[in-house]
Amino acid sequence: MAERHRYPKGPTTYVLRALVVAYLALLVAWPVALVVTNTFEHGDEALRTILEDPDMQAALRLTAVAAVVATAINTVFGVSVSLLLVRNQFPGKRALSALLDLPLSVSPIVVGLALVLVYGGRNGWFGPSLEESGFQVIFSTPGIIMATAFVSLPLVIREVVPVLQELGTEQEQAAQSLGASGWQTFWRITLPSIKWAVIYGVVLTLARSLGEFGAVKVVSGNILGETRTATLAVEEKYLNFDQEGAYAIAFLLASVSVLAILVVFVLRSREARR
Amino acid sequence: MSIDVSGVSKRYGDFVALDNINLTLPTGQLTALLGPSGGGKTTLLRIIAGLETPDGGSVVIEGNDATRLPVQKRNVGFVFQHYAAFKHLSVARNVAFGLEIRKRSKADVKAKVEELLALVHLSQFADRLPSQLSGGQRQRMALARALAIEPTVLLLDEPFGALDAKVRKELRDWLRRLHDEVHVTTVFVTHDQEEALEVADEIVVINEGRVEQVGTPDQLYDQPANDFVMGFLGEVTTVGDVRVRPHDVEVAVAPGVPGAVTGTVRRMLRIGFEVRISVATEGDAPDVTVVMTRTHARQLELAEGTRVWLTPAAGATTMAAARDAVPA
Repeated sequence: MAERHRYPKGPTTYVLRALVVAYLALLVAWPVALVVTNTFEHGDEALRTILEDPDMQAALRLTAVAAVVATAINTVFGVSVSLLLVRNQFPGKRALSALLDLPLSVSPIVVGLALVLVYGGRNGWFGPSLEESGFQVIFSTPGIIMATAFVSLPLVIREVVPVLQELGTEQEQAAQSLGASGWQTFWRITLPSIKWAVIYGVVLTLARSLGEFGAVKVVSGNILGETRTATLAVEEKYLNFDQEGAYAIAFLLASVSVLAILVVFVLRSREARR
Repeated sequence: MSIDVSGVSKRYGDFVALDNINLTLPTGQLTALLGPSGGGKTTLLRIIAGLETPDGGSVVIEGNDATRLPVQKRNVGFVFQHYAAFKHLSVARNVAFGLEIRKRSKADVKAKVEELLALVHLSQFADRLPSQLSGGQRQRMALARALAIEPTVLLLDEPFGALDAKVRKELRDWLRRLHDEVHVTTVFVTHDQEEALEVADEIVVINEGRVEQVGTPDQLYDQPANDFVMGFLGEVTTVGDVRVRPHDVEVAVAPGVPGAVTGTVRRMLRIGFEVRISVATEGDAPDVTVVMTRTHARQLELAEGTRVWLTPAAGATTMAAARDAVPA
């Protein structure tokens, strides 16, 4: 990289740079930094209070479980759908592709309401029959996981599809001519080739899932210590004038996302150096 | 009888890629499938490999009916035009792939990989990634990978097509020598007649989904079965009602040769030691192209405007020209 070509820099370059830096600072860096400073205004007291509160522990645990399960589902589903979309021709393929973008364009509140319409215990489509057989979806963990999975559904697919298209099928055909079964080809050739796309997709999905608010708010019922997730707890605390507590949970949520991105960044640069 | 293809057809929608192909490729030989792009030769190769299924007909490899066998079970080595290197695996792991799938012992794999890398002169690159190799090196790696599984037949799809002219020529010689060493039945696809003539024991000319001719390079060159084969293997010109190669045209600067075609030199173009001469003949026939050495042209004192009398050389490969045929 030592001999990287440099373009001559005119005044436009500096003006553009200043604009970008100012925009990012005002919109992202400064507000996030304020969350951090507010959290630690009285040392680590706010954080400790949150972490020692059993209800908050439950909220954080619920958020972690919902995010991890939703991410796992969307990773398996996302990779399968990507393979289906890229490697197969079938009627309705474009419609399916468009449908997969729906969760990104629809408001999460709508997602929540839609799930209640189908799975609601009292008058949903088959919510009542599910509930009779002892499986509650809405106002319970399955509903929270479903809402979270719904809103983060396309993220893995959108990362993996272009990489699969770029990859082509020759390496897979070569592996098969060397005797590899479909499953062996997937594990030994396809998956390693799309590894980074999958990892990025997983990180984005995880970050999105941790932060989901609207859809979860509708389906969870927001019962303290049971179906209240971390994001819902932030709102609750904020509205109840416990701003320090709200900032502390917000800080925890943000740190996990930042950490995930950092881990990928480090792994990636180590891989590149090889 | 190594590879028997009988009655194989393949269509893509309305396009007939292969039309009732019958072909026998003997064991241990190096065969070229030669023909223009889109003529069906790659489709035939992929059907032999099992990467494509024929609409009808059968493929028998070493006496075993392979028509319904998936590619994994055919034990064929396949080399792709664009190498199809496993980008995330080192050169050694690429070569080891087929052996690892076959669950050979670690020591076996290691020994075999070392042997093959030595064979393709890549021993010192064993730990590199494919992206750190040149095109020619990558293709040699792909060849070693295909040979590792000790295939019944080795199939190569335009193996040198993506390489530059010099590397291509080197690899061509090298493939010939390698084949003399390992003797595996080999079929390669090419659209380059020079490559086929130079490397192959036998050439199958395929055009528009049909086999035009099968024979040794000499047979094809000296006794082409039809106009297409003659035209595809080298340049052809028409003298009177005879089709002949431009370097097989005798030029006289005085009349008196029986059956000669009279004409006038229209243009002379020198390319290295060669001179290409366009001769305008009487009537509305297209110009005759003649190729001779520079020295010969000088001996005859040819110049633009010289009157010449043309005859096909004695012993030259000739073919009666179809009157309405447009020369290729």
